[in-house]
Amino acid sequence: MVVIADHQLLPQLGGEAEEGPARRALRSQIARLERELAGLTTEATPRDRIAWSIGGEGGPRLLGLGELERVRDDLAERLHEVRETLAARAAREAEKRALLERMLRDPGRHRFVRVSAADVGEPGCGVWHVRPRLGLIGMLMGWWQVKLSSGCPLSRPAAGPA
Amino acid sequence: MSAAPAPRDGHVAEPLRAELPGLGIVSLTLPAPRARRSPSGVREHLAMLSTRFRGADALALRQRPVPHAYRVAFRHVGLDPDVTRTPVEAAAIERLVQGGFVSRGLLDDALTIALVETGVPLWALDAGAVRGDLQLRLVTDGERLGDDSAAAPLPDGQIVVADAHAALAPLFGEPAASHAVGRDTADLLLYALRVDGIPPLQVEEALWQCADVLAAERGDGGRLGSRWS
Repeated sequence: MVVIADHQLLPQLGGEAEEGPARRALRSQIARLERELAGLTTEATPRDRIAWSIGGEGGPRLLGLGELERVRDDLAERLHEVRETLAARAAREAEKRALLERMLRDPGRHRFVRVSAADVGEPGCGVWHVRPRLGLIGMLMGWWQVKLSSGCPLSRPAAGPA
Repeated sequence: MSAAPAPRDGHVAEPLRAELPGLGIVSLTLPAPRARRSPSGVREHLAMLSTRFRGADALALRQRPVPHAYRVAFRHVGLDPDVTRTPVEAAAIERLVQGGFVSRGLLDDALTIALVETGVPLWALDAGAVRGDLQLRLVTDGERLGDDSAAAPLPDGQIVVADAHAALAPLFGEPAASHAVGRDTADLLLYALRVDGIPPLQVEEALWQCADVLAAERGDGGRLGSRWS
């Protein structure tokens, strides 16, 4: 067995006696933040365009106090950003759901308004659209209704060169 | 080679033990598989895992205890698991991109099956090229990976898997080509990295899962055969 004199590297990390407990505390904070951040991944959708990465610290190696603090702070900041993004989307969706309810209650006051399934946080490509019944006649007579178009648009061949 | 191989705990250098108390390395020596191509049973196992593992599972993966523990370990050593993927997340993404776990030969398939079943990553080395027990330690001045003197020196302080002679692989990284399993390999040295939050039993289970898949090819009864013969 080769004996490695890695104690030389300890000064870079700071004295064990002074900074060891602080580093341990930072590592447990990092673990907690990572768990909280992981808990949000299932709530996020690709439309949220969340950047999860905080960047590495040139590992794998033992991180010093300042580096662990940086990881902890970056994770906390990212967690805050993700929560804000998700909260903003939840607020937008709640607003759209309220609009959809008003559309369904009184289509005449929401002529040609469109709300998509994505707007209310639902899967699929459906769109609620306030349209006149019987086209032009309905428009003139004030017969408005909410139509739900279901299904996603059919795929089309990619536009080739002219 | 003993008839009943047993997992062995490797040495962890003192600074690592003090700073990362849960970190460890466990290895198991096995005869190398004769066949390169996976038998149909192993390919079926991969196909079964592919159907069991879907997009929603990939999303929820990081919330499960074992993958979460590896993500945290990555953060603790300065790796960003969203840039340098943890092995199980890398396998999950590959599964989604390829549409299934693709068979890449018996050893790779056995490593993948153990990884996906347990969440614990494993690597394999040519046991004949490894001198002494595996250990985890920090890189010393100008050290290079493996026996390749032309390789770039490793950064000082990097955490590596090493034998008594040289650094063999960065922590959570791929082993040096000089110690990789090849056609002439007689015995494999499988190793797993244990991190804080992973019970030792889980790590041993990963090694035995891999050994079972390889033993099935030899037809020696797998885990029970090797333990109780």
